[in-house]
Amino acid sequence: MPTTTNTDEPDAPDGVQIDLISGERMDGMATMEKIRMILDGVHDGNIVILEEGLTPDEESRLIEVTMAEISPDEFNGIEIETYPKSDTRKSSLLGRIMGGDEPTTKLTVIGPANQIKTLHKDETLISALVSRD
Amino acid sequence: MGLFTELKDSISRVMDRLFTDDEPKRIGIYGPPNAGKTTLANRIARDWTGDAIGAESHIPHETRRARRKENVEIERDGKSVTIDIVDTPGVTTKVDYEEFTDEMEEDDAIRRSREATEGVAEAMHWLREDVDGVIYVLDSAEDPITQVNTMLIGIIESRDLPVLIFANKIDLDESSVKRIEDAFPQHKTVPLSAKEGENMDEVYENIAEYFG
Repeated sequence: MPTTTNTDEPDAPDGVQIDLISGERMDGMATMEKIRMILDGVHDGNIVILEEGLTPDEESRLIEVTMAEISPDEFNGIEIETYPKSDTRKSSLLGRIMGGDEPTTKLTVIGPANQIKTLHKDETLISALVSRD
Repeated sequence: MGLFTELKDSISRVMDRLFTDDEPKRIGIYGPPNAGKTTLANRIARDWTGDAIGAESHIPHETRRARRKENVEIERDGKSVTIDIVDTPGVTTKVDYEEFTDEMEEDDAIRRSREATEGVAEAMHWLREDVDGVIYVLDSAEDPITQVNTMLIGIIESRDLPVLIFANKIDLDESSVKRIEDAFPQHKTVPLSAKEGENMDEVYENIAEYFG
C-alpha cells in the first residue's frame, strides 16, 4: 500500500529563533533558573542573548551543567561570547568584600556549539555566523 | 543568594584561609585543553618528588579526571611552600566525540568525550570549592583571548584566588609571551617550556613567592 504525505501540515519554521532576555527578567531568577532557561533555549536550537550577562559564579555553573548535558550525536555543548568586562567591576568596597561576584558583562550571546561560530569580537561588536544545520 | 548568606560565606572563606596556613595549599592547574597542564604538573612533581602525576598526550582531553600530587615542597631563594598540585582537565564549553575519531574507534571516542565532560564539570566544582590558588597555563603559540580563558580568569578573580599565568611552549617558533601579557595585564605572566624544562627556576621562584 503506497504511503501518503499530508501536505496540509504546516512545516517547521525555517529559521533560527533568537531569544533576547532583558536584565529585568533575569533579576528575579535564581542561578539555576537562569541556567535552565539558557540551556533549554539552546537545546531547542535557539540563540540566547542576555542583556546583562551572568556573574562569574553563574558562568562557572553554566559550564558545569552544560557538561552534564552533553550527549553524543545530540548535544555537544555551547558557544558563548561576551563583551569584555567593565573596568569598574569590584570598584566598590562591598563588591570586594563579597568577592566581586556581580554581573561583569554587558551582553552575552549563547548558542548551540554546532550551529554558532564567532567571526569577530571586540569591545563593541560581536559578529556570529549561525547555521541551520 | 541573600546578602546575609553571601556575607557569611565570604567571612567563612577568609577564616578558612587564616586557619589553614600550616596545611599544604591546594594549587589547581587550570587552562584550556592542550596547553600543557599535565606536562607542567609532571615536571613540577618529578623535580620535587621524583614521581609523575599522569599521562601526557597531544590528543585533547588526555586528562579527564582531576589528579592530585600531595605535599610537594618547593624551595627557592629562602622561600618555601608546600603545595598539593591538582592537575585538572582542560576547560571548555563544548566536547564533540567526532574530534577524536581520527585517533581512535568511535566507541572509545564516545567514552573519552563522556569522561571529558565529567572531568570539566569536576574541575569547575573544584574551582568553586577546593583550591587555594591557581596556576593558569596557556599555550603561548595560541591566541589567549578566548571566551573560555576570559571567563575562567574572571571566575578565579571573583573568588579572590591568587593566580599566576604561565605562558607555556616558549620553545615553539610561533610563541608570543607578550600576547599573553597584553591579554591579562592584571596578572603576573611567567614564560616557560614545561616540555623542555626552560625557565623552571623562575617558575619555582614565583610559585614559592605567590603561594608561600
